[in-house]
Amino acid sequence: MMDESTELSVSITQIVQRLKGTHLHSQLEKQAKECLHKPEIKLETLKDDVRRVLKASGWERKLQNAVYRELHVLPPPGHPRAPPEHTKEPLAYMLKAQASWEKRILKSLNSMCTELGIPLARKRPVMEQKELTNKWNEMGTDEPDLSNFRPVYAPKDFLEVLIGLRNPNTERSDDLTVKSHWGLIQVSLNVHDIPQMRETYAELGLSYGQLGIDDHTHVPPDLFESEHIHIGKKVVSEQDSAAAQQYSRQGCPTGLRAQLWSLILNTTNDPEDITHYEQLKARVIHHNLLVDNLIYKDVKLTASNDDYYFVFEDYLYQVLLCFSRDTAVLEHFNYNSASPPKSSIQSKSGSEQCAVVYPPNGVIPFHGFSMYVAPLCFLYNEPSKLYSVFREMYIRYFFRLHSISSHPSGIVSLCLQFERLLQAHLPQLFYHLREIGAQPLRIAFKWIVRAFSGYLSTDQLLLLWDRILGYNSLEIVAVLATAVFAFRAENLMEVTSLASAEAVLADLSTLKVMPLLQIFLFATSI
Amino acid sequence: SCIRYRCGLTNTIQDVLNHRPGWVEVKDDAEWDFNWCDVGWLRENFDHSYMEEHVRICHFRNHYELTRKNLMVKNLKRYRKTLEREVGRLEAAKCDFFPRTFELPSEYHIFVEEFKKSPGNTWIMKPVARSQGKGIFLFRKLKDIIDWRKDGSRSEEQKDEAQVESYVAQRYIENPYLIAGRKFDLRVYVLVTSYIPLKAWLYRDGFARFSNTRFSLSSIDDQYVHLTNVAVQKTAPDYDPEKGCKWQMQQLRWYLTAKHGFETVQTLFKEIDNVFIRSLLSVQKTIINDKHCFELYGYDILLDQDLKPWLIEVNASPSLTASSQEDYDLKYRLLEDTLHIVDMEGRLTGKEKRIGGFDLMWNDGPVYTDVGLEALGSSCLVANTHLGCVNDREKQLQQLLKPFPGQKKT
Repeated sequence: MMDESTELSVSITQIVQRLKGTHLHSQLEKQAKECLHKPEIKLETLKDDVRRVLKASGWERKLQNAVYRELHVLPPPGHPRAPPEHTKEPLAYMLKAQASWEKRILKSLNSMCTELGIPLARKRPVMEQKELTNKWNEMGTDEPDLSNFRPVYAPKDFLEVLIGLRNPNTERSDDLTVKSHWGLIQVSLNVHDIPQMRETYAELGLSYGQLGIDDHTHVPPDLFESEHIHIGKKVVSEQDSAAAQQYSRQGCPTGLRAQLWSLILNTTNDPEDITHYEQLKARVIHHNLLVDNLIYKDVKLTASNDDYYFVFEDYLYQVLLCFSRDTAVLEHFNYNSASPPKSSIQSKSGSEQCAVVYPPNGVIPFHGFSMYVAPLCFLYNEPSKLYSVFREMYIRYFFRLHSISSHPSGIVSLCLQFERLLQAHLPQLFYHLREIGAQPLRIAFKWIVRAFSGYLSTDQLLLLWDRILGYNSLEIVAVLATAVFAFRAENLMEVTSLASAEAVLADLSTLKVMPLLQIFLFATSI
Repeated sequence: SCIRYRCGLTNTIQDVLNHRPGWVEVKDDAEWDFNWCDVGWLRENFDHSYMEEHVRICHFRNHYELTRKNLMVKNLKRYRKTLEREVGRLEAAKCDFFPRTFELPSEYHIFVEEFKKSPGNTWIMKPVARSQGKGIFLFRKLKDIIDWRKDGSRSEEQKDEAQVESYVAQRYIENPYLIAGRKFDLRVYVLVTSYIPLKAWLYRDGFARFSNTRFSLSSIDDQYVHLTNVAVQKTAPDYDPEKGCKWQMQQLRWYLTAKHGFETVQTLFKEIDNVFIRSLLSVQKTIINDKHCFELYGYDILLDQDLKPWLIEVNASPSLTASSQEDYDLKYRLLEDTLHIVDMEGRLTGKEKRIGGFDLMWNDGPVYTDVGLEALGSSCLVANTHLGCVNDREKQLQQLLKPFPGQKKT
């Protein structure tokens, strides 16, 4: 074990390494050089004077934000002799399960490819490239024949895999006792209970104001809302990433949310970001990928049919098609238990087969994937900006929802936490649902996988995602799932089948997220 | 005693009237206390009907002063002139929410003058008296309408019409506000219960109707792009009824707030209020006021890229047929609250500023929300309108209304 100061210096080294050579680095150098011309810079106190100027002009803050961002994606420091797999996932059995799941997905993709006789990737003829360039802003008008394509997998397939997870180190007892876990997840992970969460989520407590509760029509705005908006404006003008994250815990005002999220995620819309996006767009124009059809199909089946998101269909293509080709995303596999799938392609001469990452970003979309992007369309309408925000949210949070890992924000932990909370605080309900063959996770899983996108009304969803960003954790999603069951407990106690349980929980569009969370976390007797 | 109603329509209003406690339908020549009629019935029967004091009917006799495109424009222009003369330029400029419009054929020559001043602009031709997008087309060259005038492109049925149909030619708004590349317009509901003095209510719910295809000026022949009426969209080749292409007003307002910030959107909605108020004031002296009459108008508003609202038209008989369950629920609430305001049951005091989803917008003068005792003077006056805001009407109605006679309070 390393001691704290060694850990710190390792982290610092890593962050410096990562920031070296970035656009920010060159900008800082440029700024530093330029300010040498200023009269107030004296040779004797060069270092301090330059530092002072950079601070006053806001560049120090930008650096702070960049460092803060790196801390978010930096994997926890491990033992110097631990293999890289450890950083991805410390538990061997989880890593193995993820690897075999990946094999299955890839096999499914390859067989679809063989069946349909469509190559995984194909260069577009010039005519087609021209056509696509002209139609770039309205790809939704295209109606390709997608009937032969099936999604590679759906959330329920993934759930079956999670249910089958077993830790080879634990002794399994098949006897159901009061002390045993009633749910479907059969591995043991350290998840938080309510007393622990009351500390972690203190700002959601009853003595704090919240957007989503205290901005209700009958509450005078002087009590909380006006002041909160005022502080929000200050945070935005200070351009402080860490402050924005703290602020977001109590909710972001609608008019400021886009800027605040951008600040928290430290996404910029500099010329270099726009260039990067344009490069991705060029790749889309040049090559057609098999996964593109999966993306089309997913968008048509989910977002296009949604009352709120149908309008943004074109944006979804513009983001997801580019996302598939973004090799910068591969970096996140350093701390993701998943690994990018490799497919063998024949080299030009036809004589060799080499393995390439497919799709280029290593992420195979599944049914419902486009719903991670759809809510963001309400905040950003410049494609490059929308893209940057989505990508950052994916590599920080969303990837954990569909890869098998022991991380506290990973899907396994979230499912387990949901089941444990339900069993601990609503045992009668859980027992009843079990008895009628309606395991709660079977209903809640789809909400958790999508972080509730498409199930809540958009304004409520964004209030929830405010807190995901604010607390840098997906845990709140599991808590909300439990709170929803608690809210509809009375009706659920009356049902006698899985189908009727599903019906009770089919429509969440009228739910108010923050009161539910607050009541569950702070008003449940423990 | 029960309230006898007559209903000429077979859609949502029929259900609302049917479900209202104590209301009984009468047909044919039977006497009625309440009549929800169509404008055709009104035209034929209003002048011959004697109505007792308590009787109510859902149209004003000459509503067309507001709802017929050529008359509305005439009234607005006249009102604007009066304002300019009596108050000044700035006040008159507040009426500049309708695009340059000319009645044809009567104003053909001044139209041509205006047309020539700005060549290359797109204009839209609309028949004065038709609805649902029928007969509308776009043009850029005078040649297009000269041909049309010579009966060249008119259909047989149009040629058969006994009288020459009136049209208006209007400057087409070429820079509409787009959401994800799509054009949309707003349908807003305004209830007028009296013109002299003017008393008007604004409903909180409404919707934005999206065009099914992406907006582009290069395809002015594609009427499906430019016309957002659901009725027209329904006939477009790629129309998918399951898509709905409507957003609730709350969704739109929330989207705009996320994009432009709270203050900008508040200003926008104040300007939209201004459109309603000025258009009603412009016909105040022309419409025959009658205490028996009330009217529920469907306003069509278009936003441009600078977030300026434009008045497209006013409908005296906004469609009450529902395109989806959500739409049905909206129209049901709207009509239910309309009947609450008409108040055949006599449950209101007349001092209310809000009834269900309706907020009192104008009561012989602007209406402001009730401010607390700590208000700091007139700079704190806030308009009493809440278009696109939360519509918690059920709670409000429970507190406001006494239950129907014979009904237990829940």
